[in-house]
Amino acid sequence: MTQSFPVTINVNEKEYKREVEPRILLSDFLRHELGLTGTHVGCEHGVCGACTILFDGESMRSCLIFAVQADGHNITTVEGLATASPLYGGTEGGGGLHPIQQAFWEAHGLQCGYCTPGILMTLVPFLKQNPKPTEDEIRHALSGNLCRCTGYQHIVDAVKLAAEKMR
Amino acid sequence: MKPAPFEYHVPDSLEQALELKSQKADDTKILAGGQSLVPAMNFRIVQPSVLVDLNRLPELSFIREEGQTIRIGAMTRERHLEFDASIAKHIPLLTEATPFIAHPQIRNRGTIGGSIVNADPAAELPVLMLALNARLKAKNISGERWIDAKDFFAGMFTTALEPDEILVEIELPFMPSHTGWSFMEVAPRAGDYALMGVAALVTLEDGKCKQAKLVYLNAGDGPVDAKEAANVLRGEKLSDALIESAASMASEQEINPYGNVHTSPEFQRHLANVLTKKALKQAMQRAEENLQ
Ligand SMILES: Cc1cc2nc3c(=O)[nH]c(=O)nc-3n(C[C@H](O)[C@H](O)[C@H](O)COP(=O)(O)OP(=O)(O)OC[C@H]3O[C@@H](n4cnc5c(N)ncnc54)[C@H](O)[C@@H]3O)c2cc1C
Ligand code: FES
Ligand code: FES
Repeated sequence: MTQSFPVTINVNEKEYKREVEPRILLSDFLRHELGLTGTHVGCEHGVCGACTILFDGESMRSCLIFAVQADGHNITTVEGLATASPLYGGTEGGGGLHPIQQAFWEAHGLQCGYCTPGILMTLVPFLKQNPKPTEDEIRHALSGNLCRCTGYQHIVDAVKLAAEKMR
Repeated sequence: MKPAPFEYHVPDSLEQALELKSQKADDTKILAGGQSLVPAMNFRIVQPSVLVDLNRLPELSFIREEGQTIRIGAMTRERHLEFDASIAKHIPLLTEATPFIAHPQIRNRGTIGGSIVNADPAAELPVLMLALNARLKAKNISGERWIDAKDFFAGMFTTALEPDEILVEIELPFMPSHTGWSFMEVAPRAGDYALMGVAALVTLEDGKCKQAKLVYLNAGDGPVDAKEAANVLRGEKLSDALIESAASMASEQEINPYGNVHTSPEFQRHLANVLTKKALKQAMQRAEENLQ
């Protein structure tokens, strides 16, 4: 028997109504059903962090949540950052890059960019809770996101720059 | 990979959840935070035919003081343990150890009940439950029972829960007065499962150790309570020599580490020895500060 459930999920402040099979992961729902391919998928067991999204404002792995569980919840993906409401640190009206994205650009915080969306979504709540992080705290915050390119140094620089921009 | 199909239920009362657990097939699984279950399903290591999702039961998510205890609902997120003021005040060992569990993104979703029932020998919370003399409340459709943490963990990924039971609540007594604590572990990377770790508690009275507790992770089939090592300390004035012999007792006699891709059992024993000494010293120092 294949079940399917109606869901209403608010993604980046837009409401989506869909029918989902319970085994559909939230990561696949975002990518394949909604076409929001900014959320990347690396490992599907919670380790790499590429799929990190905000679930009601808190960073979580979208590969470890079923889409049906997001019914009635608010999801923010990397696509929601640039145009984000001030709620997530964006500017009124949106359009420009989020200050964290801008800092990643300026400090060369990415190479291939595979890890970047997950890192950005990890940093949004982190910098909100800790606007003046030490380097040690930054490295700790990044420990749940794997990057195979940069060696992390420029990412750490970008986080410092982002923190400055957002103060 | 993707999970195999399953039948999904999301009860809006605990009674309904218990009913489902009693009626459905043996391979019915509770879905709590999903941070251990969903990876296993994605890899098809497990393929439960039915999932009962507890995420719409707010009554299972709470932290409250009751008498000299703290009661925690099984669906309380690990992240909430970390920032709770009454836990920090009365059970600081738990506050200190929680950030060692995985990464914030995992703790935002993972639950205390899920980690306890998962009973991974490398996990922090089972060790803490044993160290803190927790009592665990299990329910089935016909009633409830309390299980002491020391009787709960029954081996590698195995607990005393019956197939129709759900863990609903955890009761932790306040740490006794004049008690110092320490939690230390070594992991290849912050947030990874540790190679070795220890929770230490020391209660002082008249300059002597009245009570001690040493519980280890990744040191056997489940959390390992090193009772003989604690006995070495009990009733004695703690000296470097005594701490040394407790550390040897625990690391050479009482733990039984298996090693893994990151470590040999010998290295785990070495770590246990070093961590025990450091943790006991920190716990002792904190107990002394508590006396002042
Ligand atoms: C990348 C990564 C790193 C991690 N690192 C660590 C770490 O360093 N240390 C650590 O301790 N953990 C770690 N974890 C595991 C994490 O802490 C899990 O959240 C936790 O072990 C399981 O909790 P859960 O709520 O997600 O449970 P779930 O995954 O939902 O469930 C786990 C098991 O328990 C059963 N279950 C859950 N709740 C109940 C209940 N109330 N009654 C009966 N049965 C129940 C489920 O059926 C399932 O079999 C890590 C996880 C990931 C993905
Ligand atoms: S794809 Fe989700 S953590 Fe790697
Ligand atoms: S920039 Fe390539 S993985 Fe991080």
